[in-house]
Amino acid sequence: MSLADQARGDLKLTGLHKRYPNGFVAVESLDLVIPQGSFFALLGPSGCGKTTTLRMVAGLEEATKGTIHIGDQDITYARPYKRPVNTVFQNYALFPHLTIAENVAFGPTRRGAKDPAKEVKEILALTELTEQAAKKPAQLSGGQQQRVALARAIINRPDVLLLDEPLGALDLKLRRAMQIELKRIQEEVGLTFVHVTHDQEEAMTMADTVAVMNKGRIEQMGAPYDLYTNPQTTFVANFLGRSNLIKAKVLGREGTGADAVVKVDMHGTIATIKASKVHTDSDQGWVGIRPEKVLIQPEGQAIDAPGAALSGAVVVDASYIGVSTDYTLRMPWGQEITCFEQNTGRRGGLIPVGTKVDVSWRPEFAFLLDSSQDVEAGLEED
Amino acid sequence: MDSLQRVFGKNAAYWLIGPAALWLAVFFAFPMLSLLTTSLSDPAGSPITGYTLTWRVQNYIEVLGDYWPYMMRSLLYAGIATLLCLVLGYVLAYAIAFKAGRWKTVMLVLVIAPFFTSFLVRTLSWKLILADNGFIVNTLQTLHILGEDGRLLATPFAVIMGLTYNFLPFTILPLYTSLEKIDPKLNEAAADLYASPFQRFTKIVWPLSLPGVVGGTLLTFIPATGDYINASLLGSPNTQMVGNKIQQLFTTANDYPHAAALSVLLMAIIVGMVLVYVRRAGTEELL
Repeated sequence: MSLADQARGDLKLTGLHKRYPNGFVAVESLDLVIPQGSFFALLGPSGCGKTTTLRMVAGLEEATKGTIHIGDQDITYARPYKRPVNTVFQNYALFPHLTIAENVAFGPTRRGAKDPAKEVKEILALTELTEQAAKKPAQLSGGQQQRVALARAIINRPDVLLLDEPLGALDLKLRRAMQIELKRIQEEVGLTFVHVTHDQEEAMTMADTVAVMNKGRIEQMGAPYDLYTNPQTTFVANFLGRSNLIKAKVLGREGTGADAVVKVDMHGTIATIKASKVHTDSDQGWVGIRPEKVLIQPEGQAIDAPGAALSGAVVVDASYIGVSTDYTLRMPWGQEITCFEQNTGRRGGLIPVGTKVDVSWRPEFAFLLDSSQDVEAGLEED
Repeated sequence: MDSLQRVFGKNAAYWLIGPAALWLAVFFAFPMLSLLTTSLSDPAGSPITGYTLTWRVQNYIEVLGDYWPYMMRSLLYAGIATLLCLVLGYVLAYAIAFKAGRWKTVMLVLVIAPFFTSFLVRTLSWKLILADNGFIVNTLQTLHILGEDGRLLATPFAVIMGLTYNFLPFTILPLYTSLEKIDPKLNEAAADLYASPFQRFTKIVWPLSLPGVVGGTLLTFIPATGDYINASLLGSPNTQMVGNKIQQLFTTANDYPHAAALSVLLMAIIVGMVLVYVRRAGTEELL
């Protein structure tokens, strides 16, 4: 069953700006096109403007400047109840005095649907809530309430469905299950989903496209794989997964086309970085490498990586997780970097704390960021 | 609970309920019983010699026959005052709950502020405000809204206004408590689901505020029906309510059995009306 039975359109935000009366700028000149039918995630820490953006699209907050279009239709100043947009609220906001069926029927009834009961039945079946139809929201578990909130919104077949931290109130196990469920429902109904979350894993698992927001702006946007493997700012590198960022001098460019590389000097060791992963023009930069891409070997043993190795690192901590081991390494220049090593069994044990190790990685995994950016941007405070 | 068990032993629950049960026995059950026996006693006695219980049911028939117009007037005045309180109180409680922002506390204090002065003094001051040569009557006469010798004092208007004024806080406070508990997100969700502002009120806010509506109207209607201060200070002999009659029977006529019978009758009528009302409003959990 596909609910996307008519031509709709992309959601287009142009120069969208929100300034609160107290002077705080929540969203700064945002330009964004969200293709019809996509599962799009707005990812960022609290206060980055993602929820404000969502509320402006829903009509619950008025834009200071800029426009919001769905297809050719300008909805910037439309009243919330006149927009082809529905929202799954954080903590659901189910109507406590109505039954589940009445909650779900609320939208169709307001719009004068011909046979709301039939639609409700279909949606309750889709969200596996048929048996809960006569209950009140307070009688349902968190996961069921979440599905009611979803059913109540998608029954209206909105052009755009907004999800505001929809899984935030669920425990980890249920959250994983609901992620898969949400994805399934999105594919089944074919609606445009705009998902706001601060959970990077959730955004990456579910969305086709992720936009990382910070301080009212979009830092970087793309498919989860591209964002993770080729972050363009220190904020994205730190907020989306973890990164080791090592100060380096940029020496110069070599080669052309796809083979082009940039040579850098990291505290005396020369390394190369693919030109497509270089995001600075200055003569200094941060070399970034993901912890699971870092390879280590006790001094003198061969590392399975081409290119130069950084020598003189010391293991200062080894945490055995089971599937992997997290090593903290102190580099000769004092910086600590992290290495996640899969426990394939090849090593036959852990590298003891205090061991001197060589550190390396495959050059294609490294990226180079602008040195003027804060190396700690996007690190979570907790 | 464990520590309570240690102090009070196995019967902790009975010990703990004790003070409340005693209080109810002394201040509710005993006076109630006394009122009932007096209402069925022979009116031939006097408060000094005492009354003998003769199961005289005629007391009830007699007061009903003599005073039913006052009973009806009480219910009518109290009903109108309660409706006025509900309309005025709802608007104010809604404003305090959703629109007052940082003025919330100040406004709530202002609602309660009249309680710092005696009920009697406040009602007396309305007597001055509505006086025949007072500012309001003079102005209304100049504007020809009131006739040359028209008055406000000693009219049903003055009594109903007095009741409305005096009992308004009792309507506002339960309404406020109910409205304040409504998550503003529900309003947003309803707007998101195509409900116009009017529909948001009728479908979401009003049903969720019903406990406050029922609580507030009961707290207003019950004391207003039995009130006699407003009728005696702001009214005339033509606006007397059943409370005035009960008061006169007790204090002037010294006829305790008929006074008691009229009190019990009033109580029974109010309890009956409350039961029907609460049932119909679908808020039985309040009882």
